[in-house]
Amino acid sequence: MEFFERFAIPHPSPMIYASMVAIGLTVIAIIAGLTYFKKWGYLWREWLTTVDHKKIGIMYIISALLMLFRGGADAVMMRLQTSVPDNTFLDAQHYNEVFTTHGVVMIIFMAMAFIIGLMNFIVPLQIGARDVAFPRLNAISFWLYFAGAMLFNISFVIGGSPDAGWTNYYPLANNEFSPSVGVNYYNWALQISGIGTLITGINFIATILKMRAPGMKLMKMPMFTWTALITNLIIVFAFPVLTVAILMGTLDRQFATNFFTTTAGGSDMMWANLFWFWGHPEVYILILPAFGIYSEIIATFSQRNLYGYKSMVGSIVIISTLSFLVWVHHFFTMGQGALTNSIFSITTMAIAVPTGIKIFNWLLTMWKGKIRFTVPMLYSVGFIPLFTIGGVTGVMLAMASADYQYHNTMFLVAHFHNTIIPGVVFAMIAGLTYWWPKMFGFMLNEKIGKWGFWFMTIGFCFAFFPMYITGLDGQARRMYTYSEASGFGPLNMLSFFGAGLMAISFIIIVYNIYYSFRYSPRNVGDDPWNARSLEWATHNPVPEYNFAIAPQVKSSEAFWDYKKNGHQLFKGDIKDIHMPNNSGQPIIMAGLFFIFGFSFVFYIWAGVIISGIGILACLVYRSFEKDDGHHIHVQEIKETEEKFGGAKK
Amino acid sequence: MKLKLVLLSLVFTITTVLTGCESILVLDPKGPQAETTANVIWISIITMSFVVITVMVLLIIVLLRYRASKQPDDYEPPHIEGNPIVEGIIVGVPILIVAFLSVVSVQSLYKVEATPEGYEDQEPLTIYASSSNWKWHFSYPEQDIETVNYVFIPTDRAVEFKLYSYGPITSFWIPQLAGQKYAMADMVTTINLAAEAPGDYMGRNANFSGEGFAQMKFNVTALSPDEFDTWVEEIKSTAKPLTEEKFNELLEPGHLGQLTFTGTHLGFSPPPEMKMEDMNMEDMEDMENMEDMH
Repeated sequence: MEFFERFAIPHPSPMIYASMVAIGLTVIAIIAGLTYFKKWGYLWREWLTTVDHKKIGIMYIISALLMLFRGGADAVMMRLQTSVPDNTFLDAQHYNEVFTTHGVVMIIFMAMAFIIGLMNFIVPLQIGARDVAFPRLNAISFWLYFAGAMLFNISFVIGGSPDAGWTNYYPLANNEFSPSVGVNYYNWALQISGIGTLITGINFIATILKMRAPGMKLMKMPMFTWTALITNLIIVFAFPVLTVAILMGTLDRQFATNFFTTTAGGSDMMWANLFWFWGHPEVYILILPAFGIYSEIIATFSQRNLYGYKSMVGSIVIISTLSFLVWVHHFFTMGQGALTNSIFSITTMAIAVPTGIKIFNWLLTMWKGKIRFTVPMLYSVGFIPLFTIGGVTGVMLAMASADYQYHNTMFLVAHFHNTIIPGVVFAMIAGLTYWWPKMFGFMLNEKIGKWGFWFMTIGFCFAFFPMYITGLDGQARRMYTYSEASGFGPLNMLSFFGAGLMAISFIIIVYNIYYSFRYSPRNVGDDPWNARSLEWATHNPVPEYNFAIAPQVKSSEAFWDYKKNGHQLFKGDIKDIHMPNNSGQPIIMAGLFFIFGFSFVFYIWAGVIISGIGILACLVYRSFEKDDGHHIHVQEIKETEEKFGGAKK
Repeated sequence: MKLKLVLLSLVFTITTVLTGCESILVLDPKGPQAETTANVIWISIITMSFVVITVMVLLIIVLLRYRASKQPDDYEPPHIEGNPIVEGIIVGVPILIVAFLSVVSVQSLYKVEATPEGYEDQEPLTIYASSSNWKWHFSYPEQDIETVNYVFIPTDRAVEFKLYSYGPITSFWIPQLAGQKYAMADMVTTINLAAEAPGDYMGRNANFSGEGFAQMKFNVTALSPDEFDTWVEEIKSTAKPLTEEKFNELLEPGHLGQLTFTGTHLGFSPPPEMKMEDMNMEDMEDMENMEDMH
C-alpha cells in the first residue's frame, strides 16, 4: 500500500474525482468503440505508424485542439473564480495548479503543437517536396510531444499538478516550497516534448534548405515557409537552453544539487535568466509562423501579391536575432540596475520596428486589392488592430521604469494575451480554415465560421481589455481572490463574461467541424480560394506522394504564375516515386519515454532503468535496421491521378 | 464593419475611463518616484494611441475602398513589388517613435533608481523589508524597532527600502509611491522613494510565492515627521523586544496580523551578503554595529 500512497492527490476535491471518472469513461468508450467497429488495424496502419508529414500534421492539430479544450477549461475556471470578490469556487492551491497548467498547456502543448502541425502539413507542399527530410524522425517528434503532453495531463489525477507557475521560478519550485511531485511532472513533460521539438527544428531546417522544388531559390519561397525556416532556426538555438535548465532543475529536486538554491553557491536568478533566454525566443517561435499564415491569407483574399516581400523576409530575420537579445525585460525588477535595464529596454522596443513593417506591409497588400471577407480573412483583418494594441502595450512594458508598475500585474496578463490570442490563436483558426480543404477535400461552413469569429473577437475584447485597467489599479496576477474593497469586482466579472463568449466560440468552431463533415459538398475542386502558392497546385485532399511530378518554380507565387501567366509547373513524365515505409518504432519509443518520465517523477527506479534500456535498445535497433522504403509505381500514380480528375500540367 | 465600431468604441471607453478615473492607483501618485512612472505611462499611452489610431484609420480606409463588393467584376488587382519611399517611411517613422521613447525610458530609469529628486542632500531613512511565507517584516535599524505587515514612514523624506526574502522570490510594491523590486534570498535590492502626502497606501507582494500569496499585503502609512517620531517613541515604550526565538516563530509559513517589536532581527539573522557597490559607508557601519550586537 505504501507504494501506492505516492500517487494520491495532495488536495483532492469533488471536481478532480469527477474528472477521474470522466477520463476513465472516455478511455473505456474509445477502446470499446475501436474494438466494436474493428478500427484497431486501420488506426495502427494508417495513423499510429505513419511517417507521412500530412497525417502527422493532422495528428498534431487534433492533439492541439484537445489541449486547447483543456487549457480553455482552466481559463474559464480561473475567470469564474475571480469573477466576484472573495469567491470560494477554487481554493488557493487549486487556483495555483490551474493557472500553472493553463500556461504550460497553452504554450507548450497547444500553440506549439498547432503551429508545428500546420508547418508539417503545409511546408513540404509549399516547397514541392514529397515529405520532410527525415520522415521517421518526424514521427518520433510527434510521439515524443504526445508522450510529454499526456504525462503532463495525468498529473492532476495522479500525484498532483505543478503549482509554481508556468515560469516555475526557484526557490518556489524547489522541494522545500513545492513538496508535491507536480514540479517533477513539469520537468519531465517539458523535457520529453522538448526533445521532440528540437528534432522537429533540425528536421525542418534540413527539409527547407535541401528539398525545395527546382527553381525555388530562398527568395522565391512562399512567406509561410520563410517564417517556418526562421522559426526552426530559433528552436534549434533556444531549446537546448531549456533542456539544460530543466535538467539542472531536475537534479536540484531529485538529486539534491544546488544549481538554483539560494545557499551553497546556487542562484535562483540563474533559473530566471536561463528560463527566459529560452522563453522569450519561444514567443517568436509561436508568432513568426502566425505572421506567415497571415501573409498567405491576406495576399490570397486581397487577390494581390504580398507587398514588400523582401522587407517581410528582412523583418523576420531581424526579429529572430532581436528575440535573443531581450530576455532581461521579463525581470527588469530583479535589481540589475539602470544601465542593464536601459540596454534591454532599448533592444525590446527595437522589435517594434520590424513588427511595424509587417503590419504596414499587410495593409499595403490590401491596398488596391479586391478584398473578399471569408472566415480566414476575417480573422486576419481582426488580427491587425488587436495585435497592434498588443504590440503597443508591449512597447509600454518595454519602458523599464514604467514596467516597475506593470510587472506581475493584470496589465501584463492583458498584454501577452493580447498578442498571443489575436496573434497566434486567430492565426491557427484562420490557417486551419484556409487549409482545411487541402487536408480533407471539403470546406468548413463559412456562415458558422463567421459566428465563431464574432464570438471569439468580441469575447476577447471583453475578457482582456478590463485587465489593463485592473492591472494599473494594483491587481497583481495569479491572485486566487481579492477583497471587495479593492474594487476589482465589476471589471473581473466583465472578463468572465468575455471568457464565456470565447468558450462559446470554441464550441461553435468544433460544431462547425462536425457540421461540415456531415453536410459540406465534397466536390470543391483543387483551388477553392483562388490561391497563389505552390501547395494549391496539387489535388484536394493531397495524394500520399504530394505531387505526381516535381514542380518547376520561378517565383514565390508559383501557382498564380501557372494560372495567370501560363507558367508550366509540371514538365516531363510520371516516374516511380520513392516513399518511406511506415514504422511502429516511434510510438513504441515514445511510450517508453512516457514510462521513463513517469517513473522518474515518482522515483520508481526499476521503471526508469527498464524503460531506459528499452529506449537505448530502440536506438541500437534503428542503427542496424535496413529500411530502403518503397516505390509507388507509375501505373498506380496514374490511377490515383485519374481518380482525382486527371494529372496536372 | 461592426468589428471596427466595436473596437473603436472599446478603445474610446478605455481612454475615457483612464482619464476620467483619477482613482487608478498607479496613475494617482503620492511621491516623486511614482509620479515619474505615471508620467512615463501617460507619455507612452499618448504616443501609442497615435500609432493605434493610424493603423486603424488606414485599415478602415483600405477595407472600405478595396472590398470586392465595391470593385467591378473584371477588376484585376495590380502586381506591386514594393516602393523604396513607402518602405522607407514605414521603417523611419517607427524608428523615430522608438528613439523618442528610448530617451524617455532611459532618463526615467536613472531617475527612479536614484534618490528621489529634491531629496538628494538629505540622509535617507533606511528600512529593511524582508518577506517570508506569507508576510512582510520591516526593520528600522536607526530607530531599533521592527514591524510586521505594516510600515510607517515620514512624509517629505527620502526612504530607502532594502529588500530580501526568507523564501521564494517576492516583489515589493507600493503602487502609489514607487514601482516594484524583487526581494530575494541571496541578494539585497533597493527601492528609493518618498511620500509627499500623508495617508494610508496599499502595499503588496506582486510576485507569486505560493499558497498564501493573495493575502500577502501590507499597509503603508505616511505621517508628518513629528508624528513619525512620536510613533517611534510610543513603540519603544510599549512593544516587546524581538527575540531570535520569536523571530523564527514568525518565519513559519502562515498569515499574521500586524505586529510590533522593539529591536530588529538584523543582528541575529542578517540580510544576505550585499554587493559591495550597493553598500555605502553608512551600511558598512550598520553592519559592524550589528555584529557588535551579536
